[in-house]
Amino acid sequence: MTQKLEYLKESPSQTAGPYVHIGCTPNFTGIEIYGEDLGASMKTGPVKGQEITIKGTVFDGTGTPLRDAMIEIWQPDGEGLFNSANETRGQADPNFTGWGRSPGDMNTGEFTFETVKPGAVPFPDGRMQAPHVTFWVVARGINIGLHTRMYFEDEAEANAADPILTRIEHQNRVPTLLAKKEADGVYRFDIRLQGEGETIFFDI
Amino acid sequence: MTIIKNTGGFVPRDRNWQPAALTPQYKTSVKRSPQAALLSFPTTLSEETNPVFGHNMLGDLDNDLIHNYAASGESAIGPRIIVHGRVLDEMGRPVPGALLEFWQANAGGRYRHKKESYLAPLDPNFGGCGRTITGEDGSYEFRTIQPGPYPWPNGMNDWRPAHIHFSVFGHGFAQRLITQMYFEGDPHIWLCPIVDTIDDKAAVESLIAPLDMHRTVPMDSRAYKFDIVLRGRRQTFFENRVEGM
Repeated sequence: MTQKLEYLKESPSQTAGPYVHIGCTPNFTGIEIYGEDLGASMKTGPVKGQEITIKGTVFDGTGTPLRDAMIEIWQPDGEGLFNSANETRGQADPNFTGWGRSPGDMNTGEFTFETVKPGAVPFPDGRMQAPHVTFWVVARGINIGLHTRMYFEDEAEANAADPILTRIEHQNRVPTLLAKKEADGVYRFDIRLQGEGETIFFDI
Repeated sequence: MTIIKNTGGFVPRDRNWQPAALTPQYKTSVKRSPQAALLSFPTTLSEETNPVFGHNMLGDLDNDLIHNYAASGESAIGPRIIVHGRVLDEMGRPVPGALLEFWQANAGGRYRHKKESYLAPLDPNFGGCGRTITGEDGSYEFRTIQPGPYPWPNGMNDWRPAHIHFSVFGHGFAQRLITQMYFEGDPHIWLCPIVDTIDDKAAVESLIAPLDMHRTVPMDSRAYKFDIVLRGRRQTFFENRVEGM
């Protein structure tokens, strides 16, 4: 016998189900109890840095768009600082929350985030990571939230030196993490849950 | 170079304890489950930070589902209950300031949603969502009505046990979690294909809230206790060494 470690176990995840929008974006479903849905806007005033739009669609393994997903993003401000109690490197832009939540379009499932291009953030060893946005996807049929990252295709130099991107075994899958520039300040990041072009998901 | 010290990363998820992505008994998972292995990495600042939600964003009735959608002077129909508990991390430390959002069916098992097709009636005084933020000791509570079980299209005769959905933010985006709370004694728990996505019986039991007579309000509401555990974060005075990964 040994002493017991007595750690607790993380609560197991269960699917967000088909009605996640009732709980997380109730105004979107017509239930008006709170003010604006949380995460509907990431800017609370004039922001620093380049303002961008991120659009995309989540596809299942048959190529069908998900219209019942909830997508969240989390990112630093234009200078690489997080608007978070755990940010110790400086004061983030007070007009930028860094967090967005979208129920997707009711008919097409397409999500849209009006945000800023994130600054770079260091890896734990001090090397700089390429600018990226954290994505978290939940929906009916997804048993535990899927975590991934969006990088920018027009940051080729930073991507080529990124500590995570360069460690991916199947380099031919790296483009699944790269947002495509559609126009000035408009990026598309489609997420494929399964099969051909399956997005790389993170256990992080 | 910036060296980030003394900020141990989050403990990895136990993927054997958590449900797998592909669980054919829950049919919708079949085409919505990634097939490739997940990319494992220690957490970075992107996962060790989290949005801030202040208590001042909460309305007076946000944690009272019996009244937050009801007409003035009316209340939702169903068994009145209090749900309370604590949000802790795997080290047993309380998680203060955690935003909890919850949603559920009404007492007849019907959701207020345009895609909902169950014939049970809507309750005009029940919206089905609420939210709160944990206190300094990680505790929370809210008032609601006990939701009903309901049938759902999966197998020919599958029923969900009565449940309340929870969305939880901790102190790092790595802790982000959505789960469901079940009720002690509900025979549907062990018949449900969604519950069955969790392999470990002890893991399922950690989602079943016991009746808590100590917290019932006599002649008013029964109480159920539901603690939630988020991933723990290492604390170390030793520098995080990740070179050579």
